[in-house]
Amino acid sequence: MSASAEIAYLLDSRGVARELGAWVVGLGFGREGQSLAFGLGDGSVHVADPRNPGADWARVEAHRGAVLSLCPDAAEGVLTGGDDGRLARVTPAGAVEEVAAFGRKWVEHVAAHESGLRAAAVAKAVHVLDATGQVLKSLPHPSTVAGLAFDAKGKRVAASHYNGASLWFVAAREDKPRLLEWKGSHHAIAIHPDGGHVVTAMQENALHGWRLADGQHMRMSGYPAKTHSLSFSAKGRWLATSGAESVVLWPFFGGGPMGKAPTELAGGDSVLCTRVACHPQQEMVAAGFEDGLVLLADIASGRVLPIAPPGRGAVSALAWNATGALLAFGTEQGFAALLDLSRR
Amino acid sequence: MSDTRAPVPVTVLTGYLGAGKTTLLNRILTENHGKRFAVVINEFGELGVDNDLVVDADEEVFEMNNGCICCTVRGDLIRILSGLMRRREKFDGIIVETTGLADPAPVAQTFFVDEDVKRATRLDSIVTVVDAKHLSQRLNDSREAEEQIAFADLILLNKMDLVTEQEAAAVEAKVRAINPYAEILRSTRSAVPVERVIGRDAFSLERILAREPEFLSGEDAHEHDSEVTSVSFEVSRPIDPEKFNAWMTELLASKGQDLLRTKGILAYPGEDRRFAFQAVHMIADGDFISPWKPGEPRRSKIVFIGRDLNRPVLRRGFEACQVEA
Repeated sequence: MSASAEIAYLLDSRGVARELGAWVVGLGFGREGQSLAFGLGDGSVHVADPRNPGADWARVEAHRGAVLSLCPDAAEGVLTGGDDGRLARVTPAGAVEEVAAFGRKWVEHVAAHESGLRAAAVAKAVHVLDATGQVLKSLPHPSTVAGLAFDAKGKRVAASHYNGASLWFVAAREDKPRLLEWKGSHHAIAIHPDGGHVVTAMQENALHGWRLADGQHMRMSGYPAKTHSLSFSAKGRWLATSGAESVVLWPFFGGGPMGKAPTELAGGDSVLCTRVACHPQQEMVAAGFEDGLVLLADIASGRVLPIAPPGRGAVSALAWNATGALLAFGTEQGFAALLDLSRR
Repeated sequence: MSDTRAPVPVTVLTGYLGAGKTTLLNRILTENHGKRFAVVINEFGELGVDNDLVVDADEEVFEMNNGCICCTVRGDLIRILSGLMRRREKFDGIIVETTGLADPAPVAQTFFVDEDVKRATRLDSIVTVVDAKHLSQRLNDSREAEEQIAFADLILLNKMDLVTEQEAAAVEAKVRAINPYAEILRSTRSAVPVERVIGRDAFSLERILAREPEFLSGEDAHEHDSEVTSVSFEVSRPIDPEKFNAWMTELLASKGQDLLRTKGILAYPGEDRRFAFQAVHMIADGDFISPWKPGEPRRSKIVFIGRDLNRPVLRRGFEACQVEA
């Protein structure tokens, strides 16, 4: 207690924080660079202007139930999926527009690419939509889709499900996925920035990966808890993961991660890491923990910079803006903050 | 604020199609008890459910890769419960309805196996609605009907207006033969006080074996046509925890598929608290609960509900877990 009081957290000197009153499910910086949106468990979305974060944050009711997922939209603002079956867009000005409605099924995962493509996972289907909201195709899966990601180029979309993942070419004339099989239930999913690997988090406190060139399997285990958050570092050398009492990073170089031990950063507190977000340019990773602690770690040196102290709820959302100057996080208790880490 | 962090109670409602599950559900939802529920219904629900927060479930049963062959969980429940937790200030409890064809084990196992579900919720009880008129037929043609009774903490013997007292007694005897530990409530059109169904805390370790089994008069329920039976044993010397763990680990590994539910209250040597143990198939859970009462005989008890139970072997196994006399 006394020790943490002596630590200078950057939130105090460089942050703006708000109590938003409900579980922060997701957050995203608009690609236009003028908005930051937090999606909450009460269905509201709160929009801040990162150029003037101290001003009032707009609150809009985006969904009738809970926001289940949120990501930066293709061009500006954010895309949200809700348990009211709607896919919505929240503009930088804080206006809500319905993009599509899918009846009573939950819109559990959303993804978008700067090319204009959007994707929404609804039960067993992934719907791919264009910039106008038109559904281009609906891709079927053998079971409910539990994770969704575009590759860096926006050419492929990957969906995780029971017994593996499906990788689809978005523009294919005939929709036939490459099925990446591995027994068990897969949820969170990430595609390596170079497009060569797909990694999923599994029900069994382990990760599974596929090297696409030769179908080589990768098994990454040893987690005390389920991994919910996966993030590749800017150049793809590292995969940062939550689910342990430290930030676990798997090396994707020098033949790894097969046969290599992961690097662990910021451990020692016996508190689970709940969220990770790699810096978009530097080899640094931001991490949020179950007790509310947020920190920034330099991967090479292992040096840690404290961002926010524990005590405001488990960190449930964490993201950088595109330049890596701004970091935002939110917690299960509805605490939300934005920090400016740019050189002064 | 602190209240919203306490685990949310979950009631699982099972029963064959047409037994009166949806009627019971609508009763719980419309009666004036001041509680709000989130309801998870299966996609083949019989009737409309009148509630603000209704979620469709797909009953996706997933195998776990943990080397446990009968270890299955409901993947959809894991997702839905996690999703509901994000808005948990909106309800006081969750009711999960399953189809008549559902095996209750994956539902129960989900609450033991998935750590996110375990942290945010607690399984309050499994309630099985039974059609008093047609149960015998169901037991003959469906393995699930039997398992739903075996898993139940409360059995609602419904449609009592369609049977004579004699028929009702016969059905009750069948139910008792499978599961002597569940409470049986008789009803017509699922009319029972809501507080008898919800908030029972029947699955907690503290409540294990709190109810004395209602064995049939004249004992032994062996003479019946059901394959699911139950056996129970009591011993007077304290249980050696190491011997018990070794025996139970081996037993669950080899017989876990046939053991639907196992429950025990154990007296450990030199320990004033009772140790409660329960397992669903191969998945076990145990902890110390409240102390033995002063003067209460510290007798350890264990109960098995399952198929092909070898009474003498199980008895000898349990007896051998006692400390040396």
